[in-house]
Amino acid sequence: MTNAEEIAHGVLAGDRRSIAKAITIIENNTVEAKKLIASIYPQTGKAHIIGLTGPSGSGKSTLIEKIVREYRRKGKTVGVIAVDPTSPFTGGAFLGDRIRMQELSTDEGVFIRSMATRHYPGGIAKATKDAVKILDAAGKDVIIVETVGAGQSEVEIIKVSQTTVVIHAPGLGDEIQAIKAGIMEIADIFAVNKADRENADKAVMDIQAILQLNNKEAAWKPPILKTMALSGEGVPKLIEKIEEHKRFLEKELGQKRILGKAETELIEAIKEKVTSSIIDELKRGGKYNELLKKIIDREIDPNTAADKVVREKFKKAE
Amino acid sequence: MFDGEKIKEIERQRERWENTTLPKWTRQSPERKSEFRNHSSMLIKRVYTPEDIEKLSYMRDLGFPGEYPFTRGVHATMYRGRLWTMRMFAGFGTAADTNKRFKYLLKEGESGLSTAFDYPTIMGYDSDHPMAKGEVGICGVAISSLQDMEVLFNGIPLDQVTTSMTINGPSPMLLAMYVAVGDKHGVPREKLGGTTQNDNLKEFFAQKLCIFPPKSSVKLTTDIIEYCARHLPKWNPVSISGYHIREAGANAVQELAFTLYDGIAYVESTLERGLKVDDFAHRLSFFFASHSDFFEEIAKFRAARRVWAKIMKERFHARNPRSMWMRMHIQTSGCTLTAQQPLNNIIRTTVQALAAVLGGTQSLHTNSFDEALCLPTVESATVALRTQQIIAYESGAANTADPLAGSYYVEALTNEMEEKAMDYIQKIDDMGGVIAAIEKGFFQKEIADSAYRYQREIDEKKRIIVGCNEYMIKEEKYPIELLRIDPRVEKEQVARLQKLRRERDNKKVKEVLEKLHYAAEKDENLMPTIIEAVKAYVTLGEITEVLRKVYGEYKELIVI
Amino acid sequence: MQGERKIRVLIAKPGLDSHDRGAKVVARALRDAGMEVIYTGLRQTPEQIAETALQEDVDVIGLSILSGAHKALFPRIMQLLEEKGLSDIMVFAGGIIPEEDITEMKKTGIKEIFGPGTPTDTIIQYVLNNVPKRT
Repeated sequence: MTNAEEIAHGVLAGDRRSIAKAITIIENNTVEAKKLIASIYPQTGKAHIIGLTGPSGSGKSTLIEKIVREYRRKGKTVGVIAVDPTSPFTGGAFLGDRIRMQELSTDEGVFIRSMATRHYPGGIAKATKDAVKILDAAGKDVIIVETVGAGQSEVEIIKVSQTTVVIHAPGLGDEIQAIKAGIMEIADIFAVNKADRENADKAVMDIQAILQLNNKEAAWKPPILKTMALSGEGVPKLIEKIEEHKRFLEKELGQKRILGKAETELIEAIKEKVTSSIIDELKRGGKYNELLKKIIDREIDPNTAADKVVREKFKKAE
Repeated sequence: MFDGEKIKEIERQRERWENTTLPKWTRQSPERKSEFRNHSSMLIKRVYTPEDIEKLSYMRDLGFPGEYPFTRGVHATMYRGRLWTMRMFAGFGTAADTNKRFKYLLKEGESGLSTAFDYPTIMGYDSDHPMAKGEVGICGVAISSLQDMEVLFNGIPLDQVTTSMTINGPSPMLLAMYVAVGDKHGVPREKLGGTTQNDNLKEFFAQKLCIFPPKSSVKLTTDIIEYCARHLPKWNPVSISGYHIREAGANAVQELAFTLYDGIAYVESTLERGLKVDDFAHRLSFFFASHSDFFEEIAKFRAARRVWAKIMKERFHARNPRSMWMRMHIQTSGCTLTAQQPLNNIIRTTVQALAAVLGGTQSLHTNSFDEALCLPTVESATVALRTQQIIAYESGAANTADPLAGSYYVEALTNEMEEKAMDYIQKIDDMGGVIAAIEKGFFQKEIADSAYRYQREIDEKKRIIVGCNEYMIKEEKYPIELLRIDPRVEKEQVARLQKLRRERDNKKVKEVLEKLHYAAEKDENLMPTIIEAVKAYVTLGEITEVLRKVYGEYKELIVI
Repeated sequence: MQGERKIRVLIAKPGLDSHDRGAKVVARALRDAGMEVIYTGLRQTPEQIAETALQEDVDVIGLSILSGAHKALFPRIMQLLEEKGLSDIMVFAGGIIPEEDITEMKKTGIKEIFGPGTPTDTIIQYVLNNVPKRT
């Protein structure tokens, strides 16, 4: 057996060390990564994938800890992927989300993995999607993905999650603006955390007001819940709503979304394949830098350059 | 302090000096660095003149010792009357081990006790709790019940000695045990003197030994302030601590500002109980670090007194001058000690201790030279105490109040400290107070940034630490003997505790724990019930466990 | 397009003490040197540390302790790592650990122990030079 096969085998058996190694392989995007995904893919599609996003300071990690505990109480196994940003200057990252979940780390029914964005935009890492598949194949019933939490542009999460929970908390200043601007539309459920604070009701009303403007015709109306991550209040209700949303997805309208997601994934995979094969070929032939120079010297514009290389590539293929 | 004409003349002369005398010198030997800064990153001038304190008003800004704004000291005679309290932090092993060290230190001329507890005690765990494994009696003395406390203070006259206890979350329990020992010795409660550190706020961003969430922690701190105001008139219920803020990496200005703000928060929380400011403010005490930049530290202590006096008068409308006193305990800075060439630490401690004395402290702990390696041995603790005694009796520093007042440099620095601290206080006010700032990670970020900057400066040799990044000795051998804690300590302590659990009246224990649970839920002042509990030999861990159930446990917010 | 191999480091604080200044400064220095640093927070049990190392598939663990309980805790951590098949992780430690304990601690498999006053660059270089070659 090759290394990838052996690890895939371990993943499918739920072996924790294999799961950890598999995620590393995917993060490092080695040649084995694709083999690995190919061999576990048939066993995926069983877990329910929840995305959690929201501004920093809204209490995402603490809330996740409580959500996991609640699922564990119900006898479900849980995987968590917590994403933190990679520094654009040094390439390093500080992964601190699991601090709030450390007590769960010795629970055999829970697997927590921290992940750096490695410069991927949109609040998750490039490897997040496939890491979710690993946890899915390893038999986790529920998988929770926590985004970076920097604010408005964190919409990549919907390519990964089935149910997206947007967390907000009162007293975060202008963060509601951020919610309005970007992540409003991606929410399946809103959680107003730190609901014991005085402005909690106002935060709920703000979200309601924006929802009424945006989402009149939707088949799923995102509920707005109040939670208190510190005490765990509101968490069982939140999970009820997540389950309700899961049932919705299983119905016809929900199926459309699942189809849409598969389509996005396929298109993205094709894009990446085509792009990397063209670029690699250009580099091998030494034309890559030449072309870049021409663009800089204004001899050719980037669009025309792209047209040219793509046409050449497919001509060859014919 | 100077009239305009004189200042102008000085300005003219300074310019002349800068154009004539100075260039000759700098041509021959340029200055060592392009700029000189202290720990708070304040730019230090080449020389200070009356120009730098032109606006200083003697009566408004300095005054006389024992008078508002107390810049020159809280007592009129300062050390001419009574020397500061020489209070050496001590504690290790079992209560019996530490009792022996206490008695030794008192015999050698120490004037007040200061108790170091081990980590299980500090975190509210009994010595037989699983989290206590390997930690019992290691970094301090293990106290799980009144039984241990009785041994700790056996043969020590509690009406004559004051005792400081470095304890925060479990302060109510330890104070209750002290009161119970006092009752057993027959000492009237109004004669019990000492300090509980009891500053829970700084735990959340500096010392990080938090047990309960912020609001409940402040509630417990306030319970003690209220209880002491009513029943223990000689007890300092809280020692508002900058020391740990500094040790966690803050600079001097941050230490000063954050400490003052914690003080503001406790005054506010106590006022909410219906007490008047003059009923309790005179018993609030403070605790600072004395770090290695000599003049910066002296300026910090002087500024601290002045700002606190103003806050008490202007913000809280105190009337009694004693409410405006900032009485402080100072400890030389542990984080400046090096494991390399440990005897050098004696010199560091001496300089820092002298700064504390020139800064007008009421109480002082001097670190032992081996503390970057282990807890102090008898020998090293004695040298540390002698350091204070030499300053007190030989140096002449104690002969006059505030000897550095009027120094252009020291006064300018004192002013700058005050301004910068007030800027921070304004900022925290704007954030909505100390708990809001903790939840935002404001203090944590400020401190982490300063700590990292300080370390980078050392790594890049912008800051020289003798024996550590310069003047190193290769293959250094420890010339000193280390204090080791025998593993028998844990075994004996656990056995004693378990015997106690078997032999005490466990029906009574159960009753009083239920009563405590009820009182905690009803948000009553818990001191009376906790005193009742410790007297029934309910353990520290059992009481903390009940409170953990009611209040929940705090999980730290990590900011790097 | 193959991704970049990143060094993953776990900075862990066993023991009850709360002196996290050193751990945090080291965590930050390693991050600034381009590594991915996972920090556990204070007061971690040996079990939590070993399990975190496993789940995070780290290359390196840095243990920081100043409470003096290293003699009880370090051997236990090393034993758990071995039981979990994680002996290929490079473990270093820092804090207040007396010279005479260092040899004993190294026997348990800890590769290096850095005392107070160690420049962060020394630690960065040590990690870069000693990070295990893993697939």
